[in-house]
Amino acid sequence: MTDTIFALSSGQPPAAIAVIRVSGPYAGAALQALAGRLPAARRAVTVSLRDAEAELLDRALALWLPGPGTATGEDMAELQCHGGRAVVAAVEAALSALPELRRATSGEFTRLAFANGKIDLAEAEGLADLLSAETELQRKSAMAMAGGAFSRQVEAWRERLLMASAQVEVVLDFGDEDGPADLPAEFMATLTALGDEIAEWLAAPRAEALREGYRVVLAGPPNVGKSTLFNALVAYDAAITAPIAGTTRDVLTQSVAISGVPFSFADTAGLRIDSEDSIEIIGMERARAAIDLADLVLWLGEEGEGPGGCWEIEPQIDRDLLPVKSNPRHRVSALSGEGVDVLRYDLVAAARLALPRAGQAALNLRQHRLLSEAKAALDFAAGEGDPLLVAEHLRVTRLAFDALLGRTTTEDMLDSLFGRFCIGK
Amino acid sequence: MPRSTNSFDIIVIGGGHAGCEAAAVAARMGARVALVSFDLGAVGAMSCNPAIGGLGKGHLVREVDAFDGLIARAADAAAIHYRMLNRSKGSAVQGPRIQADRRLYKAEIHRLLAEQGDLTLIAGEAAGLVLSGGRVAGVHLADGGQLSSAAVVLCTGTFLGGTLFRGEERLTGGRIGEASAQVLATQLRDAELPMSRLKTGTPPRLDGRTIEWSRLQEQHSDADLWCMSALTQTRANPQIFCAITRTNPHSHDVIRANLHRSPLFSGAIGAQGPRYCPSIEDKIHRFADRDGHQVFLEPEGLDTHLVYPNGISTSLPADVQLTMLRTMDGLEAVEMVVSGYAVEYDHIDPRALRPSLEVRAIPGLYCAGQINGTTGYEEAAAQGLVAGMHAASTVMGREPAPLDRANSYIAVMIDDLTLHGVTEPYRMLTARAEYRLRLRANNASTRLTPLALQAGCVGAERKEWFFRRSDRKATLEGELERSVSASELAGADLPVRGDAGRMSLREWLRFGGVDIAGLAPWIDSEALTDAVLVEEVTEDAAYAPYVARQDSELRELRASEALGLGDQFPYADIPGLSREMVERLGAAQPATLAAAGRIPGVTPAALAALLVHARRRAA
Repeated sequence: MTDTIFALSSGQPPAAIAVIRVSGPYAGAALQALAGRLPAARRAVTVSLRDAEAELLDRALALWLPGPGTATGEDMAELQCHGGRAVVAAVEAALSALPELRRATSGEFTRLAFANGKIDLAEAEGLADLLSAETELQRKSAMAMAGGAFSRQVEAWRERLLMASAQVEVVLDFGDEDGPADLPAEFMATLTALGDEIAEWLAAPRAEALREGYRVVLAGPPNVGKSTLFNALVAYDAAITAPIAGTTRDVLTQSVAISGVPFSFADTAGLRIDSEDSIEIIGMERARAAIDLADLVLWLGEEGEGPGGCWEIEPQIDRDLLPVKSNPRHRVSALSGEGVDVLRYDLVAAARLALPRAGQAALNLRQHRLLSEAKAALDFAAGEGDPLLVAEHLRVTRLAFDALLGRTTTEDMLDSLFGRFCIGK
Repeated sequence: MPRSTNSFDIIVIGGGHAGCEAAAVAARMGARVALVSFDLGAVGAMSCNPAIGGLGKGHLVREVDAFDGLIARAADAAAIHYRMLNRSKGSAVQGPRIQADRRLYKAEIHRLLAEQGDLTLIAGEAAGLVLSGGRVAGVHLADGGQLSSAAVVLCTGTFLGGTLFRGEERLTGGRIGEASAQVLATQLRDAELPMSRLKTGTPPRLDGRTIEWSRLQEQHSDADLWCMSALTQTRANPQIFCAITRTNPHSHDVIRANLHRSPLFSGAIGAQGPRYCPSIEDKIHRFADRDGHQVFLEPEGLDTHLVYPNGISTSLPADVQLTMLRTMDGLEAVEMVVSGYAVEYDHIDPRALRPSLEVRAIPGLYCAGQINGTTGYEEAAAQGLVAGMHAASTVMGREPAPLDRANSYIAVMIDDLTLHGVTEPYRMLTARAEYRLRLRANNASTRLTPLALQAGCVGAERKEWFFRRSDRKATLEGELERSVSASELAGADLPVRGDAGRMSLREWLRFGGVDIAGLAPWIDSEALTDAVLVEEVTEDAAYAPYVARQDSELRELRASEALGLGDQFPYADIPGLSREMVERLGAAQPATLAAAGRIPGVTPAALAALLVHARRRAA
């Protein structure tokens, strides 16, 4: 007999409403215990939730969803309560008090959905991304994964791979029985074509880029207004700004969405060569590390001194100084706001190019690694003369595809995947 | 407890390749064994093709040999033609194959059976099983007698409900001229075992004196002196050549004009035949674009004129067979001694068997060979070995050898049969073995003889041979650890860059253009005397990187092999498993989670559900 589990499925209270879900064979009994009755299936009804002492906990909206046509494939109950901490705690306590129920572990609802055949592995991974998606772009990409676009693509590749494998096996097993003695002339070309398609997917931006946002680092010498610009861009007083050189001694990072595009802005310590302050030196090392990881550096220092590919920014144009840079990409005043909007639009355009497009299924790290393995094995196969070893490389390719499709159920992989879900999802 | 003459540990029914190996291994393990056959003269007969081995099949022969089985030794004693198939390809897919003199083969099987231990041959028809408390307790004989035993191994080949077809003719029997075990078939059907029918066929036999050999391309026996069995030292017989002819458009016209008279096309045979070994009428129907098919003319022995035309099994009427034969080069005046025919026969759905080949529903009853839906002597022999070993292990209270897909073709076959079932006669192919780089025909002894020794399947002669060989292998491997610099190799004209550093000889073997002959100056010549061993060890070195990569795969596989599901796993109670999944899993009853993953059509979602529930049950 499977357990009956429950969890708060909406965000942390306080909130306007809180959704608590129950899944398992005792879901109906639990709903009846708290609401006093079992509502008609799939109908939202208002009920009074009471604990075992008949004390009123909340007036809530309740849904009774008998399985298997539910998200988890089991019987489910859903309670939409008022979102105060006390209410949520009381309802959860009443559910815990029922002997057949226990709190869900992280990712357990999705794991149930996967185990009961409601979603496949790639869909589950897409769902994990969807649940942590904070921007419109992230949401659309995650939706594409959860809709199975990537799974369908891998299935199609796998079919073609099986055809290729069959050609090799015929040569190996029937070459001496009136069958073909060698691989057909176009064989290696079909492998290369498949490899090229995979390479396109590998070259596309990864899902992590969406989760982490487009990384923009503000860099330059001390006291050129990096923190002021940073604050203007994130529209939030996150960084302390003061006209003393070396105020920002660590890397400050702030994630924001601009026009639905996720950004991660980093404000760094000013880079100068004469500092003897050990803390400041550590800050500068961190700044350099941030610059190395950046998708884009906004350079506020001396023209031509910034890292390769950086945007030259002429800051503090409100200061009535003579233009310092001959050909800056942007001239801004973070104080007056002049030029900041134009910079924002430019950043959004750059980020859109670098991030997965809306609705494009993006690969996560694990998928990227497996697909790289598949590609590497295909490359080996295409460069191999011995059909026996060609066959072995194709087998390794198929294993990678199988892992992408979840055909191999490795416990570790499932645990790490479902561990990414918040409890209750 | 005194034993009567009618009391045995194990009774084997049928004296074909499966029956002989089953009886022999059980006797080697110390069991008291009876082998029951209609006609003791037919024990050890090669009923179809006079050849043993081939691609995949040769691997099975060598593996049975590693268990000290009979088939490889009998093949060597009878061989009149040796041919290593796929010689141009990697050795993992090379297939040793011999043609045998039927008379010599049968004589050698009888000689070997006599020295296997406590093994009695009994002439008689096994009319039915004696059952006691749901278990097998012995066999009823048709003459009214009864034999008792703790286990029975059924190796009845095509004799079970067999029907012969030749054109419009119908005969009941397994082979021409022999009765079939109709009573036993009825009993198994009554036990509600899942049974169905398959078909197989055999070509006509030709009189070699009427073939114009001089007009045909000859194929000679291999010049290098390899053998089927590790224990064979030399060629026992004079070697003779085969010849190759082809069907042609004229032959195909003859067949097409008479297709309606073939039971395969008239609808008389409904059962599925082997795709991998189709009848000639099947080939012409399915590959209509081909204007010819190869036919090997294989002499059946040293003192017979019979010739087996390999590649044209047929059930056309006898007159059509002769007309078709005479359209081919060299066969214009051929005489047909026996015409070809098709056989339709009962087999058990092998998903009803445990991996030990024991029938799940009737404890103590084992099945091996064609009765399980396979085709081929080699497949039969390997199953006989497995069934006999497990039956004897159970009776004697010992552990059978642990075989799995990573250590043997035998296990690949058993796993495929018991999980997938069959839709056509099952034939071994190297493509079926995912770990074939490590499952070579030339390393079968290294892979399996230690396991066979542990299980008690190996006689004194091979045991001694194996220990001596293990010493030689250790010596050679020690030699290969010697470290040699690139400049030394380059100095001996080997194609390596002089600045490539120092490496062991074993590592150098991975380089293109470096082989054992080139490295011989650095190896004690005593270590290089056993050519077969040298080949095995050098190939190990060449494949080492691939084998190492597979090791991590195997660790995962063995982890999920460790998660047992058991006989009575309640698939129907697992929420979310579709009815289709419950049916597939219920029919195959996989022993482990890994086995469940190998059942065709079982989805990842179903596997994940199984994993979760198996864990929960285990907890």
